[in-house]
Amino acid sequence: MSFLADLLGSQIVRTVLFGAALLGAISGMLGAFAVLRRQSLLGDALAHAALPGVCLGFLIAGTRDMGSIMAGAFFTGALAALTMMLITRTTRLKTDAALGIVLSVFFAAGVVLLTYLQAQGGAASAGLASFLFGQAAAILVSDLWIMGAVGLGALALILAFWKEFKLVSFDADFARAQGFPVMMLEGGLTVMVALAIVVGLQLVGVVLMVALLIAPAAAARQWTNRLGVMVALSALIGALSGVGGALISATMRGLATGPVVVLIATSAVVISLLLAPARGLIWQGLAARRARARIGEDRILAAMQGLARAHDDARYPSEQGMLATALGDAPAPGRFAALERRGLIRAVAHPPETTPHWELTSSGHKAAETRRPDAERTP
Amino acid sequence: MIAELFNSIPAMILLTGCLVGISGAILGTFLVLRGNAMLTDAISHSIVFGIIVVWLLTRQLAGPVQLIGAALTGVLTVVLSEALARSRLVKMDAAIGLVFPALFAAGVILIALYARDVHIHVETVLLGEIGFVWMNTVTLWGLRVPVAVASLGAVLMINLLFVLALWKELKLASFDPGLAAALGFLPGVLHYAILTLTSVTAVAAFDAVGAILFIAFVIVPPATAYLLTRRLWLMMGLAVVLAVAACVSGYVLARHWNVSIAGMMACMTGVWFACALICAPDRGLIAQTLRWRMQRLDHDCRTLVAHLYTHQDTEAKAGENTLRALISHLRWSEPRARAAILRAHDRALIERHDGLLTLRPKGTAEAETIFGSDAR
Repeated sequence: MSFLADLLGSQIVRTVLFGAALLGAISGMLGAFAVLRRQSLLGDALAHAALPGVCLGFLIAGTRDMGSIMAGAFFTGALAALTMMLITRTTRLKTDAALGIVLSVFFAAGVVLLTYLQAQGGAASAGLASFLFGQAAAILVSDLWIMGAVGLGALALILAFWKEFKLVSFDADFARAQGFPVMMLEGGLTVMVALAIVVGLQLVGVVLMVALLIAPAAAARQWTNRLGVMVALSALIGALSGVGGALISATMRGLATGPVVVLIATSAVVISLLLAPARGLIWQGLAARRARARIGEDRILAAMQGLARAHDDARYPSEQGMLATALGDAPAPGRFAALERRGLIRAVAHPPETTPHWELTSSGHKAAETRRPDAERTP
Repeated sequence: MIAELFNSIPAMILLTGCLVGISGAILGTFLVLRGNAMLTDAISHSIVFGIIVVWLLTRQLAGPVQLIGAALTGVLTVVLSEALARSRLVKMDAAIGLVFPALFAAGVILIALYARDVHIHVETVLLGEIGFVWMNTVTLWGLRVPVAVASLGAVLMINLLFVLALWKELKLASFDPGLAAALGFLPGVLHYAILTLTSVTAVAAFDAVGAILFIAFVIVPPATAYLLTRRLWLMMGLAVVLAVAACVSGYVLARHWNVSIAGMMACMTGVWFACALICAPDRGLIAQTLRWRMQRLDHDCRTLVAHLYTHQDTEAKAGENTLRALISHLRWSEPRARAAILRAHDRALIERHDGLLTLRPKGTAEAETIFGSDAR
C-alpha cells in the first residue's frame, strides 16, 4: 500500500494516470456512437491508417511534438475515410474489402515511413515505436492540455448536436425524411471517431485502438437502453481501463500500455455480457429456465384437468407415470413438488397401487383454466 | 545452380515474398468475393496469441504443430465472433472488433512476459523480418532451404490443391451460397475450410511479413483484379501476377530507400490498386468520368433538338432558337451550350444561320422519336 502511495505521490505518475483517464474517457465517449452506428471496423481501419500520419507529423515537426503528430494522424485518418468512401461509391467492391484495403495499405505506408525515420537515426524517433502499442508513461503535461482541449471540443459538439446525433445513430432514414442534414451529421460523427482514435493512440497504439473504441461502449450498452447513460458509462469504463493499464504497465517492466488497457476493457465487456440485468447471458439463462418451468407446469395442470374432465371427477387421482406418458416426455419430479408447494395439486393415495398419484385442488383447476398452453378454451 | 539460388539472399527474400503473395491471392480471391475480407484482419491479428501459446507449450516456432496449433486460434476467433454476434448482445462488427484485439493483446503480453529473450520480438509481430528469413534454414534433399520458404511452399501446395480440387464448388459457393446449399455442396464447410487455410497461411507468413501486412497480401491483389475482370480464373491469375509484381518492385524500392521490405511490398499492392481504381478500362475512375461526360453531352443534344422542335414553327422562334436562349432559358453555362451546339452540328442534327438554330432532317427525325411519332 505504501508502494502505491509513493507511486501516486510522484508528479510524473500523477500526470500519466490523469492522462490515461482522460484519453480513455474521450475514446469511450466517442466510441459509443461508433458502436451504435456499426462502424467498429471503420474505427479499426482509421486507427491503422493513423500510423503514416504519426510518422508524417514527426517528419514535419522534427521532434515528438504532440500537436503535429495528432494533426498528422487526423489528416491520414480523414484521407483513409475518404478513400473508403471513394472505393465503395465507385467500384463493385464491398465495404469489407474497402476497409481491408485502406487498413493494410495505409498501415504498410506507415511501416515504410517508420523504418525510414528509424534509419535516419535520432533518439527521438525511437519514441515513435511506442505509437504501435501505446506508452502511457510518455504522456507529458503539455500533451494533456492538447488532449484536454480536443476532448472538451468533442464534448461540446456532442452536447450541442445531441438530438441530431442521437437520431442519426438510431434511425438515419427517419432523420433524412425529417430534413436533417444526415450527410453532414454522419460525416461529423465519423470525424468524431477519427478524433477519438487520434486522442487514444498515445495510450493504446494504432493496432489495438479499435478495442478502446469499442469495448467500453459495448460493455456500457449492456447496462442501459438510454443513450446518455450509455455514453457516460462508456466514458467511465474507458477511463478506468486507461488508469488500470497505465498503473500495471508502469509497475511491470517492458509491458506496453495498450495490451493491458485492452484486456481490462475486454474483461469489463465479459462481465457486462454475463451479469448485466435483463440483457446479460446469466439473466437470459435464468429467464429461459423460468419460462421452461412454467410451460412444463402448465402442461401438467392441463393434462390433469383433461383427465379429470374425461372421468367426470374433479378430484380424479392421476398417476404420475401416466401423466409422463400423456405429455410425451417425463417432467422432472421437482415440477410436481413445486406445484404442490403452491397448493395447485396435492398428493393422494390410490390403493392398492403404490405409485405416486396427484389430484388438482380447486385453485389448481382455476390455474389450469387461465393458463392453458393450447389456445382452445372452454366457454 | 539450384543450390546457388538458395544461397542467394535476395533470391530467398523475393521467393518468400512471392510465396506469401501467391498463397494470399489464391485464398483472397474467394474472401473478397464472399465479402469476408475483414475476417482476414481478425485472423491475422489473433494468430499472434496462438503462436505464443504453442511456443510456450512446445518450444517450437515452426513446423506442422505450430502451423496447425496457431491456425486454430484464427478459426477460433471467427467462431467466437460469430457466437457473440448470435447472442444478439453486440452486432457482428463490434463482435469481431472485441474478440481479435483481446486475443492479440493477450498474445503481446505473453510475449513481453515470457518470450522476450527468444527471437519473437513485439515489433516482429507487426512488421515481420523478411530480410532475415535466410538465417533460419533446414536441409531438404541436400539443399539448405530457409524454413519460411519450406513452410510457405508446403502451404502454397495445399492451397493450390484445395482450390483446384474444389474449383467448381468454391465458385458456386462464392457467387450463390443459397444454390450451393440447396445442391448439397455445404458452403458453410467450404467457408470454414477457406478460413482455416487462411489461418495456416497467416501463421506460415508470420515470420516474413508479420501479422498486419499479411492482410495487404490477401485482400489487395484480388480486389485489384476484381476491378479489371469479371472472370473468376482471370481474377485469380491477375491477382497472382499483381502480387508477384508488388513483391519484386517492393523489394527493389525498399533496397533503394533502405526501408522495411515487407512494408514496401505491401505498399506496392496498394499502388497497383490505385492504378486500377483510376485507370481500369471500362470501370476505372477515368473511364467512368469520360462515360459520364459523353452521356451528359448526348443528353444535352437531345434537349437542344427537342427545344428547337417545340419552337420551330412558333412566333417566338427568333427569340428561342438561339444560343442566348439556351443560356438564359435552359440555364446552361455558355461552354455547355456551345459544346451541345457543336456536337449537334457535328452529328448533322442542326444548322446555324445568323445566330438562328434550325433543325436539319435528321434532327427533326430525332425530335419526333423523342416526342413519339404521333405528336403531330
